[in-house]
Amino acid sequence: MSSPMRYIQTGNSSYQSMASSSSYNSPCAACKFLRRKCMSGCIFAPYFPPEEPHKFANVHKIFGASNVSKLLNDLLPHQREDAVNSLAYEAEARVRDPVYGCVGAISFLQRQVDRLQKELDAANADLIRYASAAAVPQVAPPRQRAMEYNRRAGNIEGNGGVAFYQTPSSDQFSFPYNYHPPWNGYGGGYYNNPHGGDI
Amino acid sequence: MNSSRCAACKHLRRRCPSDCIFSPYFPSNNPRRFAYVHKIYGASNVGKILQDLPVNRRAEAADSLYYEACCRIKDPVYGCVGMISILHQQIYNAQCQLAMIQAEIATLSTPSQSEDQYQFQHAENIAPTFLTHQNGASNSASFYDLSTWLD
Repeated sequence: MSSPMRYIQTGNSSYQSMASSSSYNSPCAACKFLRRKCMSGCIFAPYFPPEEPHKFANVHKIFGASNVSKLLNDLLPHQREDAVNSLAYEAEARVRDPVYGCVGAISFLQRQVDRLQKELDAANADLIRYASAAAVPQVAPPRQRAMEYNRRAGNIEGNGGVAFYQTPSSDQFSFPYNYHPPWNGYGGGYYNNPHGGDI
Repeated sequence: MNSSRCAACKHLRRRCPSDCIFSPYFPSNNPRRFAYVHKIYGASNVGKILQDLPVNRRAEAADSLYYEACCRIKDPVYGCVGMISILHQQIYNAQCQLAMIQAEIATLSTPSQSEDQYQFQHAENIAPTFLTHQNGASNSASFYDLSTWLD
């Protein structure tokens, strides 16, 4: 399953190429869509090339050009490309799944983590049994699990003390969803391969 | 009349009609819920998204929109995509750990001629091997604590 960060983090060179395309006065995808003149300082031009009209179309449909513009203006220039790509990812997810959007992917991945946790527990127990069967008295059983997924008020911790969100604070809805993707699982669907390539 | 307005209509300073699209999902006792959704998506876009869904799916859609809006407000660069990336990383790490443990199990379960000596030597190393991996802090910098995201 391909991580979205792979495509988000490859961007700086495309920023330069996008800046050069706007310098040739070809309107960016945003200005084409909005049917307006693409000025030299257009906030969208570096990130919405004319070759990818669907990218802006999705983002505009879900977030709106005005909201995206405000969001980008509040960020530092070096953050904007990643922000646009994550917005495009979320927008595409929402277009594909209007009910859950990206939250569906989070729910699916979280269930995978839970499943792997159980497998690790079982494997760890097997390893302890094998280690004990080696009959070296001074070999103490491990005090910790191979991965410390401690469940703390619904949160899960991985190596290095990471906690990721599982249940929100009290004033919010419960999570995760009992989500069933609208397409045929995630084997060939969006969340495996949003931009090509396998995990 | 004013007291029966939903959070959306209060925020938008308008009358709340009886068939308001927002009122079932943005009650007046939780103004932050609509404020966040409006900030990220805009009332018009949220209304269109809800309008295009069957009535029995709108509550879940409103919840997921709020969740994503919260994530985006907390992390304006990556939003909830950051969480997806972290989950991918955790799955990858878990799969690696599982593979290592399964390899250790396979090693221990493989019979050999000098089995007693082999097991004696290998068993001494079992606990430190995976304890080292589980205590490895080299990846800690690449994670961040998500439990505070939606405080």
